[in-house]
Amino acid sequence: MDEHKAGTSRRDFLRKCVAGAVALSAAGELKLLPAQVAAVQSRVVVARDAKLRAAGSKVDSGRVFGLLDRGMQAFYGVDNPLQAWRKLARPGERVGLKVNTIAGRGLSTNVQLVDAICERLQQAGIPARDILVWDRESRELERAGFRLSSDANRARCLGTDSFGYEEQPQSFGTVQSKLSKILTRNCDVLINVPVLKDHSDSGITAALKNMYGVIDNPYSLHAGGCNPGIADLNMLPAIRTKMRLTICDATTASFDGGPSFEPESTWQHNGIILARDPVALDFIAWRIIEHKRAEQGLKTLPASGRAPRFIALAADARHQLGTNDPKRISLVEV
Amino acid sequence: MHLCGVFRIPLLLACVLTLAAGAGCNRKTGLTSGPFPASNEVSGWAKTGETRTFDAANLWRYIDGDAEKYLKAGVESVSTADYKYQNKVEAVVDIYTMTSGDGAGKIFDSEPARNAKAVSLGDSARLYGQSLIFHQARYLVRIVAYEGSPEVQQGILELGHGLAERLKK
Repeated sequence: MDEHKAGTSRRDFLRKCVAGAVALSAAGELKLLPAQVAAVQSRVVVARDAKLRAAGSKVDSGRVFGLLDRGMQAFYGVDNPLQAWRKLARPGERVGLKVNTIAGRGLSTNVQLVDAICERLQQAGIPARDILVWDRESRELERAGFRLSSDANRARCLGTDSFGYEEQPQSFGTVQSKLSKILTRNCDVLINVPVLKDHSDSGITAALKNMYGVIDNPYSLHAGGCNPGIADLNMLPAIRTKMRLTICDATTASFDGGPSFEPESTWQHNGIILARDPVALDFIAWRIIEHKRAEQGLKTLPASGRAPRFIALAADARHQLGTNDPKRISLVEV
Repeated sequence: MHLCGVFRIPLLLACVLTLAAGAGCNRKTGLTSGPFPASNEVSGWAKTGETRTFDAANLWRYIDGDAEKYLKAGVESVSTADYKYQNKVEAVVDIYTMTSGDGAGKIFDSEPARNAKAVSLGDSARLYGQSLIFHQARYLVRIVAYEGSPEVQQGILELGHGLAERLKK
């Protein structure tokens, strides 16, 4: 283990959890009562660090490790971050990190966050050759600041353009799409690492919408506010069965003008959001964006004609991809 | 008539290169192509990458998610290139070619104007802390820098003027 030692004392960890819960309760922003929290089924962890950026706009990579560790420990309820990573993936499994890089350097998945995830996975026993960071195109990855690599001695980083799409499309509802061979043939475990963003069509984009980057025809699924495209797409077995965790990058997020990078509509939230349930994560993500929009004096997304209806659709009886019921979401802030 | 071997190979090579250039998005390898100013044509600005052009059918490859609103407004294509200001601040320039000036104005009007100041450029322009958007005839131009400062803001405005002059030609 190098300078980024995996470890936070149990006392520190519990203290931060309690502080987070108190802060959340005081803010009242998400309207979750303790009794409700106790009865819920989907855990969503929001980890933040006000000092994530030492100076200027770049995040401090050392503090990113701390942020990630706190988030993972809180999510899995363990004392040590490596215990958490061992619950996520086992040696012998190939782990894919689906990032989001279409908006370029200003609003793509943070490279230091991805580096930290890769390092913790290796410390937990996943060999570098079994880790693959990917998105649609290698060029997009590079533009977002990632270093491409096909070297088996380190975590690989490549786009689907290097692997291609399956010949046969997969179908569910309105979706008929060819999946990336990275997902179908090169990953046993999918860690979804999207970015928290406003979206001109779907209202917001976080966990569920990021799967538009694993198919050959995302342009065909944007009509109707991406409904039912987003919900239907996430029903495809390869997505539904392999996605084990979403770590949403909210270090820099956008509250308007998304999904493209518009500097004037972004803010430094300095956090990450973790969940296994992508619907619950998107529900919390929506609330965070609404909170920021209110701060900025903007209309709510529904009032702007951009309610993220896909969240309720993904939770409905036909899809059951997760829950959008606040009573069934256990929100933990650390 | 048979081509002699001396000409056959260069001809074949030319055909292959032509086909390769047409595949995927249109990448203009010259750094001075189209309306994009060459390095140092605008003081402090260097063009650091090739110009890439996406037609309407392939717009999703560049701005998936945002493509719909441009398509509805009648986009024909977008060309994009990376720049660097004073060798330290990275920026990207996008030029959308619409079917009409109305389409360019429609996109311009749909974008948030808070924290922006109107500047005299093209038909209409807004300058933000680290970005600029303006429309001129059927073109919509956006410049986004990845760091902000009063100096960068001034630099962006100067680059905008350089682009506007070239778009008139």
